[in-house]
Amino acid sequence: MNDFRDPAATTSTALLDTPGGDQSEAGTVGHWNLVWRRFRRHKLAMASAGVLLFVYLVAIFAEFVAPYGGSTRFGDHQYAPPQIIRPVDTSDGFDLGMFADGYQVEVNEESQRRTMSTDPSETRELGFFVKGEEYELFGLIPMDRHLIGPKDPDQPVFVLGTDRLGRDMLSRIVHGSRISMSIGLVGVAASMVLGIIIGGVSGYFGGAVDTAAQRVIEFIMSIPTLPLWMTLAAALPQDWGPLMKYFAITVILSLIAWTELARVVRGRFLALREEDFVEAARLDNCGTFRIMRKYMLPSFTSHIIAALTLAIPAMILAETALSFLGLGLQPPAVSWGVLLNEAQNVRSLVTAPWLLIPGIPVVVAVLALNFVGDGLRDAADPYN
Amino acid sequence: MTQFIVRRVLYMIPTLIAISIVTFLIIQAPPGDYLTTVVAKLEAEGSYVDRSQLDALRDRYGLDEPLWGQYWTWISGILTEGDFGRSLVYDAPVSSVIQDRMGFTILLSLSTLAFVWAVAIPIGMYSAVKRYSVGDYAATFVGFLGLAIPNFLFALVLLYVSHRYFGQSVGGLFSPEYVDARWNLGKILDLLAHVWIPVIIIGTAGTAGMIRIVRANLLDELNRPYVTTARAKGLPERRLLMKYPSRIAASPIVSTVGWLLPSLISAEIIVSVVLSLPTTGPVMLTALESQDMYLAGGFLLILSVLTVVGTLISDILLARLDPRIRYGKR
Repeated sequence: MNDFRDPAATTSTALLDTPGGDQSEAGTVGHWNLVWRRFRRHKLAMASAGVLLFVYLVAIFAEFVAPYGGSTRFGDHQYAPPQIIRPVDTSDGFDLGMFADGYQVEVNEESQRRTMSTDPSETRELGFFVKGEEYELFGLIPMDRHLIGPKDPDQPVFVLGTDRLGRDMLSRIVHGSRISMSIGLVGVAASMVLGIIIGGVSGYFGGAVDTAAQRVIEFIMSIPTLPLWMTLAAALPQDWGPLMKYFAITVILSLIAWTELARVVRGRFLALREEDFVEAARLDNCGTFRIMRKYMLPSFTSHIIAALTLAIPAMILAETALSFLGLGLQPPAVSWGVLLNEAQNVRSLVTAPWLLIPGIPVVVAVLALNFVGDGLRDAADPYN
Repeated sequence: MTQFIVRRVLYMIPTLIAISIVTFLIIQAPPGDYLTTVVAKLEAEGSYVDRSQLDALRDRYGLDEPLWGQYWTWISGILTEGDFGRSLVYDAPVSSVIQDRMGFTILLSLSTLAFVWAVAIPIGMYSAVKRYSVGDYAATFVGFLGLAIPNFLFALVLLYVSHRYFGQSVGGLFSPEYVDARWNLGKILDLLAHVWIPVIIIGTAGTAGMIRIVRANLLDELNRPYVTTARAKGLPERRLLMKYPSRIAASPIVSTVGWLLPSLISAEIIVSVVLSLPTTGPVMLTALESQDMYLAGGFLLILSVLTVVGTLISDILLARLDPRIRYGKR
């Protein structure tokens, strides 16, 4: 993430790239069109973009996609193991569809501990668009259909198993995606504002302002982030609701994340301010703020987008780490980090290794965002 | 060179002051002052709250003074007597709690740093020289994976696998029989047998990032005219690589200590919590959970100062390596 290319190497493109960004002189094709073409050539980035689209769709329609509510407890199905859905059922003739086993409880004679296992003698059927728990989509539209779920609500199936309280892991992961995937976006939006303003001022004016801003950035970067985040998160008032906590955590995360972006923006401004078109605007008596906003910023918007995309995964990982430690979001809020918090000790890990499954979407989302960010960074400069 | 070092050390002072101020403000952040916490704790234990004892504490932390006065009491206590305040959870001076733990944190961070270099530099160089080969793609893939897997998740998976399939715990830095033993050769060997697991876990993300940097740096150098010249003169490929481009590509490697060290310390904390290592991580978490702010603040202060000092050392090393930095404007 620290290997941003030398800004000087790309200044030549600014000549081709007129302020509007759209009416490039490089042929008849616009700037964004060129960026898009370049991006499309990056197969891995394209595939990752598809994955991301899927993840965000799931996050948006979480209540509909999840078979059950995020905190619905199935008291008699604690630590139920995950199972695979079979497309064919031969117990009663030959049926096509989605089938799973039932569950049974075994009691260990010695330790008197109850363990759940699947019961192959029983068959439960799943279906699409089944009637289930009632919910309100986006908090507005009352619905009771779920994308996938058991056909008979009294015979639940847990594809990814259940946790200590008998809550369906799949549903919790789907509901958790909302917080985990949005905290990166919100946090990055917050750090974008700070980063562009401070980086812009620092790069455009240079001199003492620049030195001061650089010192502040170096200072922030020199502090180990996790201890600082942990301390700040722990210092939050404990009676804050989940929503307040969410925003507070976002602010804490973006307090540090803006530095990286400010560096990128500063580098661009430094390189651009000597360019002829900026000089021309200045001679035309154009105001400083207007030059920065109308002439300079649009010429590297694509770079900013790339840098922003690359900043999201770090935020997701940070939230996951904080929540895992129990210092970030607290239950009843559900995020992937909160879910992983359940898997913190060896005993619950050995009883229910499927508690680690929420780690998979974290890795997938972070990988996809990194690939898309890399693709965007290459495409941001489509002229060489 | 001396001038450079003096200038860098002088630059460090405002940073250190800023760190101490930020730490102090965070210590003050939870609602209510230190005394309210003490009283709450004593009352929860059902013990009698002694007025004169409270007055002594108030006097000790300068709680009647304005904020900057309190800061002054706090920081001068640290600088003159090494007194970081008193930990509520451990009911002991913060400095003694920290002392027990900090050694292992430093040991672990430095070993990880060495590990990251030892692994990332050869792999990065191989990747650059054999660009677009199977090995390069494999390294890139592993690198991406290393960046994407949160290190605590890696630790959890390892914990599970070792417990499930090898029937032993990977937690801790010592076998049970050595935990309370005095230092001797056996204990050191036992430490070495345990330390590599956390080192690998903490080091993965750093290694992945470093591979990419080494690869990019070396790729920039490999196409330079001086490389072509050396090759045209008939210098064997291996010697050519080692003699010229590697040295120039090495300077950014040293300069990355500045961000590698903070990230290693962050990783060390969370991995230590999972593997229950006797380092700062678990204690800091306990301190934060019970809002034992003097202890938490003490850790934050010392970790940050250590990082800044580590960065200073790396800068000096870098200046030894690269005269352009020694004389040029930074």
